[in-house]
Order: sequence, then C-alpha cells, then structure tokens
Amino acid sequence: MSKIVKEKLDELNDLLPGQHSYSKLDDQIGSLILDHKRHPKAWYVFVAIGGLGTLMLLTSIVWLLFQGIGIWGNNQPVGWGFDIINFVWWIGIGHAGTLISAVLLLVRQQWRNSINRFAEAMTIFAVMCAGLYPLLHTGRPWVAYWLFPYPNILGMWPQFRSPLIWDVFAVTTYITISALFWFIGLIPDFATLRDKTKNAVVARVWAMLSLGWRGSAKHWHRYEQAYLILAGLSTPLVLSVHSIVSLDFAVSIVPGWNVTVFPPYFVAGAVFAGFAMVLTFAIPLRKWYGLNDLITDTHLDWMAKIMLTTGLVVFYGYLSEVFYAWYSGVIWEQALVQNRFFGPYAGLFWALWFCNGLAPQILWWPKARKNVVVLFVVSQLVSIGMWLERFVIIPMSLHRDYLPSSWGMYSPSVWDFGMFFGTIGFFILLMFLFFRFVPVINIFEMKDLLYKKTGDHVGDHHGELATAGKGAE
Amino acid sequence: MSAHAETVDLLYGVCAEFNAPGDLIRAAEKAREAGFTEMDCFSPFPIHGLTDAMKFHDVKVPWTIFGAGFLGGLTGLALQYITSVYTYRHNVGGRPAFSWPSFIPVTYECTILCAGLAAVFGMAAFNGLPKPYHPVFSAPNFDRASQDKFFLCLENHDGFDAAKAEALLKSTNAVNVARVDAEEAGNWSQ
Repeated sequence: MSKIVKEKLDELNDLLPGQHSYSKLDDQIGSLILDHKRHPKAWYVFVAIGGLGTLMLLTSIVWLLFQGIGIWGNNQPVGWGFDIINFVWWIGIGHAGTLISAVLLLVRQQWRNSINRFAEAMTIFAVMCAGLYPLLHTGRPWVAYWLFPYPNILGMWPQFRSPLIWDVFAVTTYITISALFWFIGLIPDFATLRDKTKNAVVARVWAMLSLGWRGSAKHWHRYEQAYLILAGLSTPLVLSVHSIVSLDFAVSIVPGWNVTVFPPYFVAGAVFAGFAMVLTFAIPLRKWYGLNDLITDTHLDWMAKIMLTTGLVVFYGYLSEVFYAWYSGVIWEQALVQNRFFGPYAGLFWALWFCNGLAPQILWWPKARKNVVVLFVVSQLVSIGMWLERFVIIPMSLHRDYLPSSWGMYSPSVWDFGMFFGTIGFFILLMFLFFRFVPVINIFEMKDLLYKKTGDHVGDHHGELATAGKGAE
Repeated sequence: MSAHAETVDLLYGVCAEFNAPGDLIRAAEKAREAGFTEMDCFSPFPIHGLTDAMKFHDVKVPWTIFGAGFLGGLTGLALQYITSVYTYRHNVGGRPAFSWPSFIPVTYECTILCAGLAAVFGMAAFNGLPKPYHPVFSAPNFDRASQDKFFLCLENHDGFDAAKAEALLKSTNAVNVARVDAEEAGNWSQ
C-alpha cells in the first residue's frame, strides 16, 4: 500500500470510525424521522421555546405593520439600527452552510459529508430570518415588489448603480440557490426514506418529494454533474453575497464605513459566525442522537481550526481599520476610532474585541479544540461577538458623523428586542423541526464515504466486515 | 421509441441483484461485452466507474447550465443597459449612462440564478423526473436499491434475448435474477 493511500485511509477512519454498514447508516440517520421515540425531551423543550419565539416574532411583526417602524429605536441620525444589524448577522450565519456544502465539496474535503446537510438547512433558515428585516424596514412590506425591476405606469426602474439593489438580487439569488442545493441533495435520501418507511401514506409523501428517484446510474451521472456545477456556482455566490452586503456600507462616505477592507473582512466574519453556529447545533445534536461516530471529534477539531483562522482574518480587519484611521490622516476617521475606544458605546466595542479577538485564541490548543464545553462556549462568544461587530459598525458609525450638531444616540426599543429574539426563536423552531422531519446527515454521501473506506467488504446486515477475499482481483 | 408499438410486449427486462458495488461493475462490463447495449444500473449512492462500464456518457446537463447561465447574464446586463440608457436615463453622480462596472454584480447574480435553476430543472428533465411509476420498482427486493443493494437491469429492446440475458446474469455474482414486466408498454430506458 502506498503512503498516500494509507494516509487517505487513516483519514477516512478518523471521519467514519467504528463498524458501519449501509443499512446501519440508514437506520442511524433515517430512524430520526421514522421513529419519533429517538427524540429526547430536549427536542420538545426546544420546539416549545422556538414556538414561543415565533409567536413573539409574529406579534412584533403585526404591531409593526399596524404602527409603522416608529416603534423601533431607529432615529435621526441612526437610521439603521437593529434591523440592519440583524440582517447582516443572520445572513453571515448562513454563509458557513454554503461554504461547507459547496467550497468543501469542490476541494474534495470528505469530512463535509456528515455536516453539510444541517449546515445547508441552517443557511436557508438564517437567510429567511435575514430577509425579514430589510423587508420590514421598508415600512410597507406589502409593496416590497417595488424592489424588483418590473414595468410600471410610472416608468420607473431601479437604480442599478446602488449596492442596495445589488443586495436585492444577491439575497434573492442566494436563498433560491441554497434551497435548490439543499433539495437536490435530499432527493436520494427521500428515496431511501420512501423505501424504509412502513407507513403507506408517509411513503407516498417521500415518493413525491423524491420525484420517483430510483438510483439509476444514468441519473446519478447527470445528478453528480448538476451537483458539482451547482457547488461551483455557489462558491463565488457566497463570496459575492457578503461582499455586496459590505458594499452597502463601504460605498457610502460615512466615517467607519468607507473602507476598502470591508468585502474580504465581511466574508471572513460571515464564515466565522457561521461555523460558530454550526458548532452550536452540532455539539448537542451528536450528543442527543448518538451520532458521535458520524460527527466525530475530528470534525469538531477541524471546524474549530476554520473558526480560529477566520477569526484571525476578522481581527486583522479590526486592526487595519485602526491603522487606516491613523495613516489616512482623516480627522473624521480618527474621531471615529476614538469614539469607538472611549465613546458612549466603548463597552460594547471592548466586548467585541474580547469575543472575536481574544476568546477564539484558546483554540490554538489542541485540547481546547477537542473539548466540547470549551468549543460550545467559544461558539456562543463568537456569535455574540459577530452581533456586536455589526452594532459597532452600524449605529456607532452613524451616531456621530461629520457635524456635531447632528450627533445623537441610539437605543433599541422593546420591539427591536422582540423581533430579534423572535427570529432566534423562529430559527430554533425551524432547526428542530428539520431534525425531526428531514435526514440531518446526508445518507447517500455517508454511504459513498463508507464505500471509499471499505470497498466491497461492507457487511450486509449487521455492520460486520465481510470476510475479505470475495471478488478479490 | 419502440419500433413495435403494435406488439404488446410488456417485458421490461431482466434484473439482477448484487451485494457489492464491485460485483455490479463487473457484471455490467460482462453484459456489455456480451453485446447487451441497453442496460441500467441502480445503486444507493453514485459509484464511480459504473458509467464507464456501461459506456454511458452524457454532457447535456453541463451544456444546458452553461447556456442558461450565459443567457441569464446577458438578460441581466440587457435589463440594466436598457433601463439605464434608454427608458430611465438619469444622472447619478456624473457617471455615464452605461456605467458598466456598477452593473457587474446584478449581471453576475442573474448568471448564477439562471444557471442554478437550469442545473436542478435540467437534471430532472433529462432524467425524466419526476416519474412516480417505473417498471423496475417491481423488481424483487428493489426497495433495497436505495438502501444497501445494487441492481443491474438488461432492458428489453428489438432483438433482445431474455433467456440469454438471464443466463448471463446468473453466471455473475448476482444473488437473485428475475424477469420484470411493465404494467404498460412504453420506452422505459430514460
């Protein structure tokens, strides 16, 4: 056996340890849907929490539609408050899903196989939450179609030189492509569920969702072409979406926004926040459902490494903003940095540096990366940190710009918090419903991994390796 | 399309079940060498090397995606050009009417959107999906084809010798060989 082959096999053993067979994988993953008893009490608790959060979100939206966005804390000069902070925060969280499913597929990182499905689900749900904010921030969401170019009696068309209209196209494309990518990955798994379930009515539902998939080699051939190209398309897409979001700020002349480092630093921040959210769900998921041999310590370790790397890029962005303010010699930029360091919101700024700059550094230690408690805590800090980053960028830049006469303060109202925690609840609800009704791990890709690991010597029924030699050449 | 629409031949083909992907690949190769050209394999996950063994190669999906992406990008650019230069021309910061660098993001997003839609819908269309009924579903034990078993079907066509196909499949590592009938006549090879 050559050295490369051996290394490859060792890696596969790390990612898929233990004795598996195709049917055991089906049972382990499929039974989460087919057997409701596999769901622990925590599942019901979180669905209840998510349901309450969703109700809070609905209440906030109804009151907002009734009263208008005056119920929010937005004011002059801070016209962008929680709505845009939360929009950017959520959309950033979504990015790890696309990164895991598309970028890691293209670079043939097989460890993505056990985490891509729920990372993709996370993307879709996060973008759904994100989309709500600009939609409601328009004030009259029932005329949201005005955002799109369509022939109208006023003869008006969108201003295509504005990043805000780029955002409309980017986010719409992003959620469409993410949903397609998710669905196409689910087709073969729906077919597996169709054939496994004993309930005839449920089988029909799966049959319809699987489009009558029968696993034909010709179909797989076209399927893999489509899947790979879709990954190739999503990779630049994910970079473009957050770059465009960052241009909403960078193209303007507001001190603290007009910085060229924004696109790469926003993208890195998105991946950073996204991996934190993936870890937030992966850690309890694998514990509650006994998936430790599918989402292994190696997976957590590597995700932590990506988090550390992107965290460093993000922190480099923070430092470069300070450097830029000093080196540019622009007094407004210098005043902004001083305001961040010592101004009325300085506490939030230092919390940001702690959460995103200092806390992830513990991940340099391999032991910390293998410790789920440490990882979970760091992930929470990163999620908070990334939210604070958007607070620091948006209201803190707006509240003091060029003219001291137009300075102001920003404080969110109870409805801002209602909607923010509401979307978190909605996200939790969707994620836990997803755990219940959709295979959380891509079954066919895990089988592919198992085949790569063991070749033809996969046991038929009991997860035992068949005796070697059969069909040996 | 079947050349014998008037003959009622409901035999879909002869199907064999295998325990391991390697057996399936070898059987497909053997069948091809024996002159069976119309065949399909069924497996719970994509097996590389199988389409080579079947001598099946198809690039309709990638070209469709390319075409759709190209047209999508062109449409996006045309939309911006027509609206910004003709139908709603106005001065924004002194930029020319056709300020193409700022039109790149929307053009790009339109390219990706159309290409992505073409990837999924093109894949489904060329595969003939959705197709709720297919005769192969009545092959014995076929519900395992999406779980842990591997199937090879030599399909009925003009000059198809079912007895020869059966004999050939029985000479492989197949655990089960059976003739499968369709409920109605039709071209089931897609």
